[in-house]
Amino acid sequence: MSDLKKQKKNWVSLGFALAIIVGGLSYLIFGKLEKNIVYFVTPTELLAKGDLAYDKPVRLGGTVKKGSIQWDAERVSLKFLLSDGSKEISIVSYETPPQMFQEGMGVVVEGKLLKTSSFQADRLMVKHSNEYHPPKEGEKPAIIYKELVP
Amino acid sequence: MKKIFQYGSLIVAIGFFIFAQWWGLFRSPPDAQMGEVQKLMYVHVPAAWNSFIAYSIVFISSILYLVRKKMFWDHLAASSAEVGCVLTALTLSLGSIWGRPTWGVWWTWDARLTTTAILLFLYVGYLAFRAFVDDREKRARLSAPLGLLIFLNVPIVYFSVKWWRTLHQVQSSPSTVDPQMVLSLRLNAVAFLFILILFIYYRFHLSRLKEKIENQIMGEIQ
Repeated sequence: MSDLKKQKKNWVSLGFALAIIVGGLSYLIFGKLEKNIVYFVTPTELLAKGDLAYDKPVRLGGTVKKGSIQWDAERVSLKFLLSDGSKEISIVSYETPPQMFQEGMGVVVEGKLLKTSSFQADRLMVKHSNEYHPPKEGEKPAIIYKELVP
Repeated sequence: MKKIFQYGSLIVAIGFFIFAQWWGLFRSPPDAQMGEVQKLMYVHVPAAWNSFIAYSIVFISSILYLVRKKMFWDHLAASSAEVGCVLTALTLSLGSIWGRPTWGVWWTWDARLTTTAILLFLYVGYLAFRAFVDDREKRARLSAPLGLLIFLNVPIVYFSVKWWRTLHQVQSSPSTVDPQMVLSLRLNAVAFLFILILFIYYRFHLSRLKEKIENQIMGEIQ
């Protein structure tokens, strides 16, 4: 192959590679991926699905409703209401929650909404806000994980 | 004289880095909810910000190479990409260490984390691509458009928390962060910037020296 031809071939393959990358990226940005990239659904969105909402693995996000936390340390069972302001779903989890877990905190749970009972969470994650403040006068800062080592 | 300047800037950069870290760890208050774990902010966030600066240098150098055709810009692009990769790797690992005690997980596939991982792979890929092209001129000519193209992901990473629902919180601002913490963060961001400039400078210097030696050896063989 002559040098000129070889060079032309290189440019063609480079062109293809670029087209694939640009195509992929623009699909990501402008395409219909919006729907699939949703990391979690809200209680309102999940309940709006009706019968389709049940028994399917899903991520659910919202805030922990004030006064709804029931924690049984002996049986390691946690129950609380997850709310998005308008609708709420009762969550059951059998794992120790992250220590930042508390009333009013944003959380994301992975699991299934069971038809018979509540949402069974396999994984519970805390979604922190973008606010950082030192403890108020007289308050002590939280010491994360201190209680796990008695 | 040049030696004095080199060692001087090294001492200043490392000294300021130690000072800024000390300030963040001991002079700045802990977070009410996270406690001392929040101090990870003073390494995770500066690493992320400065990686963006490094990738911007790759972007600008790539343009300037295409315009000017001077090897200088190719060396600068490669050096910045390397330092950027180190910073993104730091961002990811420190973020992971921060995520475990606060979120409860080391990793999750949300848009911010996923796009940041892609960012690392893109620039590692850029460096790997460079290593595959033997011919020096050709390497510079081909990697410049690549350096432009992969920069597309940088704004995607930045806006990911605004465009999509993520576990990662949206950007903080001075109105959502205590002033004392803002000060610590800024000190450390500047400290990281000094380190970034120093790293790029040395990497760039090394890259040119290496090429000079290679050219000399090639000259002797022929």
